[in-house]
Amino acid sequence: MSYQSDDKGYYGEFGGAFIPEMMYPNVHQLQNCYLEIIESDDFRQEFKQLLRDYAGRPSPLYYSDRLSDHYYAKIYLKREDLNHTGSHKINNTIGQILLAKQLGKTRIIAETGAGQHGVATATVCARAGLDCIVYMGALDVARQSPNVEKMKMLGAEVRPVFSGNKTLKDATNEAIRDWINNPVDTHYILGSVVGPHPYPDMVARFQSVISEEIRMQLLEKTGKETPDYVIACVGGGSNAAGAFYHFLDDPTVKLIAVEAAGKGVDSGESAATTQLGRTGVLHGSKSLLMQTPDGQIVEPYSLSAGLDYPGIGPMHANLFVTKRAQFLSATDDEALRAALYLTQKEGIIPALESAHALAALEMIEFKPDDVVVVNVSGRGDKDMEAYLSYYQSTK
Amino acid sequence: MENRITSLFKRKDENILSIYFTAGYPELNDTVKIISQLEKSGTDLVEIGMPFSDPVADGPVIQQSSEIALRNGMTIHLLFEQLKEIRKSVSIPLILMGYLNPVMQYGIEAFCEKCKEIGIDGTIIPDLPLEIYETEYKEIFEKNTLSNIFLVTPQTSDERIKQIDSLSTGFIYMVSSSSTTGVKGAVNEEQISYFERIRKMNLRSKRLIGFGIYDKASFEKASGYANGAIIGSAFVKALEDEGTETETRVKNFVQKFY
Repeated sequence: MSYQSDDKGYYGEFGGAFIPEMMYPNVHQLQNCYLEIIESDDFRQEFKQLLRDYAGRPSPLYYSDRLSDHYYAKIYLKREDLNHTGSHKINNTIGQILLAKQLGKTRIIAETGAGQHGVATATVCARAGLDCIVYMGALDVARQSPNVEKMKMLGAEVRPVFSGNKTLKDATNEAIRDWINNPVDTHYILGSVVGPHPYPDMVARFQSVISEEIRMQLLEKTGKETPDYVIACVGGGSNAAGAFYHFLDDPTVKLIAVEAAGKGVDSGESAATTQLGRTGVLHGSKSLLMQTPDGQIVEPYSLSAGLDYPGIGPMHANLFVTKRAQFLSATDDEALRAALYLTQKEGIIPALESAHALAALEMIEFKPDDVVVVNVSGRGDKDMEAYLSYYQSTK
Repeated sequence: MENRITSLFKRKDENILSIYFTAGYPELNDTVKIISQLEKSGTDLVEIGMPFSDPVADGPVIQQSSEIALRNGMTIHLLFEQLKEIRKSVSIPLILMGYLNPVMQYGIEAFCEKCKEIGIDGTIIPDLPLEIYETEYKEIFEKNTLSNIFLVTPQTSDERIKQIDSLSTGFIYMVSSSSTTGVKGAVNEEQISYFERIRKMNLRSKRLIGFGIYDKASFEKASGYANGAIIGSAFVKALEDEGTETETRVKNFVQKFY
């Protein structure tokens, strides 16, 4: 059994392309050509070179002495926070901008939650000289202002979205509407492993460089390519998809996905999709979704804007129902504590999203020889306001 | 019994006036009132919107009406309850329009059976693609004499239009321009050449043009290239006009098209 998508974009029962006819020509074109383009030698060479010379890859795999001592295991941190623009998001945007250019598109749109994908998109658009419009929930515009300023400086237009809960789901709706209204010149750089086929597979492939490097780096450091655990946070799930990718079909590697429990899974303010969701269709694919019995999408909650999404990508829904991955959840408070702990013990300020993955270290009983890789998907500069108000309140 | 959409087109095949509204808007229990008054005022076909929290193919007017309808408490269960006796008083074709997820949660088979029981003639589910309909749901819809209506846009290829034509049983919904609902504008040259292109294809299906049709002039222009046209956002907007009875608002709106 494979955990990759089939040629129609299905991961088990999840995935597919549930799109209105207005999106069909663009999505169909992508479905037909994405593999041919991204697997061509020229594309791969240019992609690889940009990841190295522009994004700063490979990102280090750092052995953390102090976390290892504390958790009685061998803890490695995959330092996606050290990439250009501060997170793993750049991997995908470099890939998609090259694709967009090959398709002859001149205008780029994107949605963003925490602003990391927005910044990564604005960055590659500046370099490529393409117009860039980023949709961002009005609430996120307010809570992630440093990233908003960066996008503007990079030349992108940030359009605040006032519908719904004014967060990532609503920004995604608005980006889809933009694409419907601009079907000819525009490419939509979707930032996560969600959306209609081929996005989940395409974005996972661009992010798979994370696990490709982990394998090589572990071999070099430990003599063995595979760890016992890979831990990553999941909103839509792109960093987790990248960190899991080359381990999916190796059952000796335990995959741990960490969702945002917000104020607690049963508090009514949570984004823990696998615990609170059922199968449904949103944003073009079938997956697990937080929804009412009547099929209306429930507004999620997480302090972390990047995890504040009512669904997960179809790959992850399949990993959940097949039990290939174990899904845990961390509350706002648990994530904040984990962020502070890493900062004080290792001098690394992680993004609030990544802090959810770190919080899972508290929840697992490791054996002393276990090799554990935690994907530190991004850095915490954008979250300083949330961190400061938390530390002031706990002093 | 023959599907009422099919009967309608046998009786009349030009200037068909089809009107959309969102169930549960402006008031939760306006549904039957609005449908009855639409029929009395001369509407040929009614599309009843089932509100969804994330209507990606819709512009601001229908988004807002959906949000209010949901806040008012509209659900598919409640809508079916409201429509239970609709066939005692209304005889024009009725179509349910909405997004896939709420229908899927109701259960597609149960939904289609309920439609038949009540006397619903068709469905428009924009995010249920042709391929999935054909392989997974076509039989269920046909068993319940329910016409599922497909959309075509200016970007739809001839080949795909032919495929849609062969699967259509009610009519083809021609989206007038590349846009979400409710974008107004005079019918332009580009649209006319698209309308002409489709007309010349001699499709077996009847065609109604929708999106951006909002007054008598745009209705007549569009109807000149198809069997009629569909009005959505403009009608929903007219319903919000406070200070008059709902029936009066419906009547005043529809009258403008005759």
